[in-house]
Amino acid sequence: MRALANLHAAGAGFVPPSTNDFNLPPISDSVAWLTKPVLLVFLSVIVVSTFFVLSSRKAAVVPSRLQFAGESVYAFVRNDLARDVIGHDFMRFVPYLFTLFTFVLTNNIFGIVPLLQFPAMSHVGFPYVLAIFSFLVFHYVGIRKQGLGKYLKEIAFMPGVPLPVYILLTPIELATFFIVRPLTLSLRLFANMFAGHLLLLVFIMGGDYMMHDSHLIMKLFSPFSFAFGIALTFFEFMVQCLQAYIFTLLTALYIAGALADEH
Amino acid sequence: MRSFNFAAEAEKVNPLIPHTAELVVGAIAFTLLFLVLRKAVVPMFEKAFTARTEAIEGGIERAEKAQLEAQRALVQYNEQLSSAQGEASKLREEARIQGATILEELRTKAQEEAARITATAHASIEAERQQAITSLRNEVGALAVELASKIVGEALDDQARQSRIVERFIEDLEKSK
Repeated sequence: MRALANLHAAGAGFVPPSTNDFNLPPISDSVAWLTKPVLLVFLSVIVVSTFFVLSSRKAAVVPSRLQFAGESVYAFVRNDLARDVIGHDFMRFVPYLFTLFTFVLTNNIFGIVPLLQFPAMSHVGFPYVLAIFSFLVFHYVGIRKQGLGKYLKEIAFMPGVPLPVYILLTPIELATFFIVRPLTLSLRLFANMFAGHLLLLVFIMGGDYMMHDSHLIMKLFSPFSFAFGIALTFFEFMVQCLQAYIFTLLTALYIAGALADEH
Repeated sequence: MRSFNFAAEAEKVNPLIPHTAELVVGAIAFTLLFLVLRKAVVPMFEKAFTARTEAIEGGIERAEKAQLEAQRALVQYNEQLSSAQGEASKLREEARIQGATILEELRTKAQEEAARITATAHASIEAERQQAITSLRNEVGALAVELASKIVGEALDDQARQSRIVERFIEDLEKSK
């Protein structure tokens, strides 16, 4: 251990990956906004729409292999997320939830796809947008269903609670519905993707650094770092799927809550 | 909002502050995807789902109908069978009754015939008897005349014996009658 520490002190030193590693330069200097994550987001739109349009174009009773693949994803969002959570009248929200799930999932998985290897959702702007959309959708649904006054009253003054409790409950409930929900929705996704990517960077870059180090011990240990990086890639894949699922599930839950007469 | 200043590489960037461009791009990209999926994908899948549900329900309905029909045929068949059995038993009963009547008729007829034959036999026997009696009488008369002539022809020496003979003869005749 001491030898390793000395080495660090002596050489150029290992620069650990930081938030700056997420700040990628624009692809062309003339178009400042066209960065890698922006490109990946557009790519995800093309990939997702192409895949689903192709798989659903000739949708038949007996599905082809391609249709079955697309249909499985669609049926998962439609039945397991929309129908089971929202229940009655769920079809209205299926297109939104379906888009949400496929968009987030694809962009997340881009984080481990070779050559692409960057999760756009680790740029907080994208999760913010999605959270704002979900925020607007579930409030709009609630207001349409119950009317603005009744909807706000239901949120601020939860029925069936003794009067003094409102002093505590009303601010909490208001904060939950208007600040906490959109914020947690976006930050959860952002933080998971950010941290996951950072973790992969640490092990892959670390392995690379150790491999090029002049010291033999460092070279010997470098494969372990790479191996751990690969193991973490699998773990990342799980997290990426899970986060897409959670984002969609929570949106569905919020919609279901806004639709319910009493929460 | 943060601007794109990559010259200051060392500058610490706050990852929680979004790029304006990314907000716009995110919104546009998501909306675009939403429109495509809602317009072209969701209706197609829904159509396939509906068709599949209908196909399954149609199959079940067809099977139910077939089963119903089979049940109806079975009931009909059973009915026919039982009615045929009833018919057969009725016919059998009728035949039995008819047979009995015929038998009874035949028996009566036979008895009548027998009675008639018996009666005819009796009558003929009586007639023959009468005839025999008549012929016998005539014969006896002739015999008697013959005998009488014989007796008369013979010597009437013993008056008393002769009278006895005649008497006995008459007596015998009477008896035999």
